[in-house]
Amino acid sequence: MAPQNQSQPSQNDLPYVLILKPPPSFVIFGDHFFNSAKFQFLKAYESPLRLPQFLLAHAQSVQAVLSSGGAPVTADTIRLLPNLRLVVTTSQGLNHIDLSECRLRGISVAGAGTIFSADCADSVVALLIDVLRKVSAANRFVKQGLWSSQGDYPLGSKLGVKRVGIVGLGSIGSEVAKRLEAFGCTISYNSRNKKPLVPYTFYPNARELAANCDALIICCALTDETHHLINKQVLSALGKDGVIINIARGPIIDEKELVRCLIEGEIRGAGLDVFEHEPDVPSELFALDNVVMSPHNAVFTRESFEDLRKVVVGNLEAFFSIEPLLTPVVLDDQPHFPG
Amino acid sequence: MEHHRERSDHRPQDLPQVLIIRPPPVFTLFEEKFISSKFQFLKAWESTLPLDQFLTNYAGSVRAVLCSGASLITLDIIRLLPSLQLVVTASAGINHIDLNECRRLGIVVTNAAAVYSDDGADAAVGLLIDVLRKISAADRFVRHGLWPAKGEYPLGSKLGGKRVGIVGLGGFGLAAAKRLEAFGCTVLYNSRKQKPFVPYPFYSNVYDLAADSDALIICCGLTAETRHMVNREVMLALGKQGIIINIARGAIINEKEMVECLVQGEIGGAGLDVFENEPNVPKELFELDNVVLSPHRVVFTPDGFMAACELVVGNLEAFFSDKPLLSSVMDE
Repeated sequence: MAPQNQSQPSQNDLPYVLILKPPPSFVIFGDHFFNSAKFQFLKAYESPLRLPQFLLAHAQSVQAVLSSGGAPVTADTIRLLPNLRLVVTTSQGLNHIDLSECRLRGISVAGAGTIFSADCADSVVALLIDVLRKVSAANRFVKQGLWSSQGDYPLGSKLGVKRVGIVGLGSIGSEVAKRLEAFGCTISYNSRNKKPLVPYTFYPNARELAANCDALIICCALTDETHHLINKQVLSALGKDGVIINIARGPIIDEKELVRCLIEGEIRGAGLDVFEHEPDVPSELFALDNVVMSPHNAVFTRESFEDLRKVVVGNLEAFFSIEPLLTPVVLDDQPHFPG
Repeated sequence: MEHHRERSDHRPQDLPQVLIIRPPPVFTLFEEKFISSKFQFLKAWESTLPLDQFLTNYAGSVRAVLCSGASLITLDIIRLLPSLQLVVTASAGINHIDLNECRRLGIVVTNAAAVYSDDGADAAVGLLIDVLRKISAADRFVRHGLWPAKGEYPLGSKLGGKRVGIVGLGGFGLAAAKRLEAFGCTVLYNSRKQKPFVPYPFYSNVYDLAADSDALIICCGLTAETRHMVNREVMLALGKQGIIINIARGAIINEKEMVECLVQGEIGGAGLDVFENEPNVPKELFELDNVVLSPHRVVFTPDGFMAACELVVGNLEAFFSDKPLLSSVMDE
């Protein structure tokens, strides 16, 4: 029998990367999307065993997990993986990973970095123009044949004179600011900390920001502090002419209160990519012309998925080659994320 | 009984008249903004007389006319206005005015393009992102309750890095270019003449521009040269992923050929605010998710209309005070 070629490890030798649930990329492109010659996947979701049993039976030597928004990495899961050293997530958001537990155990975390920021910011601008200028609502009007029968459609509202308030001036918030400045908008923001060297007006809390802007854009992370950050007081401060755009996480806004404000005309309108209980969206919104909705796909473009593939595979390959991660998350100053 | 006419007493019958044949939309919406101490309006549409008779009887000394896209200033109308020196349109477009006849008679034309540029550019970019990223189509998906059942929605395409060809680099085109640069797009353009001091690559014809672009934004005026300029050949050059955005005039595009290209998948999508025969829109477009339609509205805002009022009144007052006009259309 010929000797095995030692430079080509057989499938059995490849280290495992655990996947609890298929990420959106697998759903859209198939489960080969992150294939690599340097590792193989252990798919917990293909097993009939319940997760704790599966982990105990099959995942004790696993060093890496590939997570996504719908596949949270909780403290309980982490405790069942004694050799876990790395969590890679396909998302830019991190609220589904117990970062405290990771920090405690010296587990590294790598996210999508900033690859989604531009596409996300583009979605924000599209949703904002749509709400202000009634693009989708007018599209429905014309396609129902109403232009010839009912005549002129109501006018929209000018974008350039709007004061834009960005909640969370991170990578996405900065890309949003850059774009809206080109349209003539003035930018202000609220963030955990005031950012030096940033030319925009800082407000110490969301309510004051809302009171001083016409369009509130939610770009921050979901944490214990930001849960229901946008509440009755903030929406009231935003006012009848105000618009809100959320591409971050649904629970940052008190959704029940938002729906009520929209129905009663207490704010002008909303553009929403995220909701508290996806994929369920409050059906009261379906009849409203001043709301534009998208199915949590603000970052999903063909191009960004290709970038994601490179980052995810790159991070995992770097880890198994004992090289620096491409997009490590610094765990020291992370706020506490809801479990 | 004798009337004593004081020179300073501008009673209505002394004010020069500005003829309106059919009121511009902005006049109907904001009539109070058009009140001036320098002129008054002669409203032809309020008369029961046929137009030519009205003009013959009452408009002989009229020096200025206010119009818009729906109120054509034809050769026949100009011939019935022997004193006409100025045509003021409340619109950006001037294709509804017989420019040859105006030129021949030395009649000056002013338009309102300048006040609509920013809003028009916002609309053009908004439509482009909508089509590229399927915003309206995805909204429909969610609104019809399909998200829980069907899961993922088809992917859109990234805006950054796209080559966007602007047809007509006037006020609208330049405003659109500035915005597109902030998204990381590469801007290219075609115009009647190359513009000095503009950093974007120039293409001498629309076909070559389309061949090198991922999207075309139509921002030019409608003239004999530009009518049906964007035809099947141009659209095939743009390609199966290509997108057309039209916020200018429907007739710049061969609409029949565009509908065919869209239905056959020869181009990737379209965002259209204008059509050849408004308010009639080809019904084949109603079923297409990659087409976003607007009833000649998305470029307008109350702010834009107010600014148009001010510009129109400004031009008329300047004219009647023998001062330079604010926005006369230069012959190029």
